[in-house]
Amino acid sequence: MRPDSHEIYARRRSRNVGVGVVLGSLVFLIFAVTIVKLTEGHPMEGFDHTFRATMLPATED
Amino acid sequence: MTDATWIKQPPADAGFGDYVELLKPRVMRLVIFTAFVGLVCAPVGVHPVLGLAAIVCIAVGAGASGALNMWWDRDIDAIMKRTAARPIPSGRVGRDEALAIGLVLSGFSVVFLALVANLASAALLAFTIFFYAVIYSVWLKRATPNNIVIGGAAGAFPPMIGWAVATGGVSVESVLMFAVIFLWTPPHFWALALFRNEDYARAGVPMLPVTAGPRVTRNQIFGYALVLAPVAVAPAFTPVGGVVFFIGAVYLNARFVFGAWRLWRRDEAVAVADGWRDEKKFFGYSILYLFLLFGLFLVEAGLRLVGLGGWPAPF
Repeated sequence: MRPDSHEIYARRRSRNVGVGVVLGSLVFLIFAVTIVKLTEGHPMEGFDHTFRATMLPATED
Repeated sequence: MTDATWIKQPPADAGFGDYVELLKPRVMRLVIFTAFVGLVCAPVGVHPVLGLAAIVCIAVGAGASGALNMWWDRDIDAIMKRTAARPIPSGRVGRDEALAIGLVLSGFSVVFLALVANLASAALLAFTIFFYAVIYSVWLKRATPNNIVIGGAAGAFPPMIGWAVATGGVSVESVLMFAVIFLWTPPHFWALALFRNEDYARAGVPMLPVTAGPRVTRNQIFGYALVLAPVAVAPAFTPVGGVVFFIGAVYLNARFVFGAWRLWRRDEAVAVADGWRDEKKFFGYSILYLFLLFGLFLVEAGLRLVGLGGWPAPF
């Protein structure tokens, strides 16, 4: 019997692959959410203790 | 028993499936489905990617509360046949590991939901996790036979959270969705408790059949089914309902009440003789009932998309 054929290695492999897939999916999801938020025009700047015209709501002249 | 048996074994290396099991995937399925229904039926549209991310957050939050529940209940889980094979009592996942997973995923899901959707839905999710892990698991479950009645609120929040993701608030429709699951939970779990009575008694969990006996439990199941029926039909008269929902809900609730009535008519001698056939049947139907009832919300939402749905105009 090969030393790496023990059942514990299979379990560890499944855990490593699973965690890898979950983390990869999370990165992709955050990327996708960012793209959607940017393209939908969500405010990109928060209040920073000073007035900025870019923070005013857009108005039609 | 050998000397080796006395040595406390450290938890074995957990496989990925053990961690998934820690998050109670079966409960998660119901949470995902009902949250999705709340999200889709809301009058405000959500971008599919944001909707997916929100559902993931709600599912992970539900899973986190499941992990915290398993961490707290590890002693009684080891005693009950139904739960003895769970990851902690079986030694596949360490208790500290389960606690860490529960806490980290709770924090992650709430913060991420606030960023993806809004503060209202994130606050509701945080409250749901707190309610399930602390109010239900730590406080009520071992203290009162009404544990399921009050604790059922935790399972009833997901459609409200889904609705809040889209609208940023709470409304009559989402409160009715909450009420349906809230009133459905006691008869659902008490039917299970009737044929798992010995398990709960051995673990010292004061489920209604243990503290008040099966007769009272059967009365309560029937009573709750009667109260649930009008509440479950009521959404038909809100903007998320319509004729199809009304007809479907009436049929599903008639069957639910009929099933509860059959349990009410039976006694323990008959139940033991046929191996709790009707109780098991009612428990199985109660799961199908909830899926189909919430499926009706989706049908109405689909019909509205193509210009149908709702109630026909009087003229």
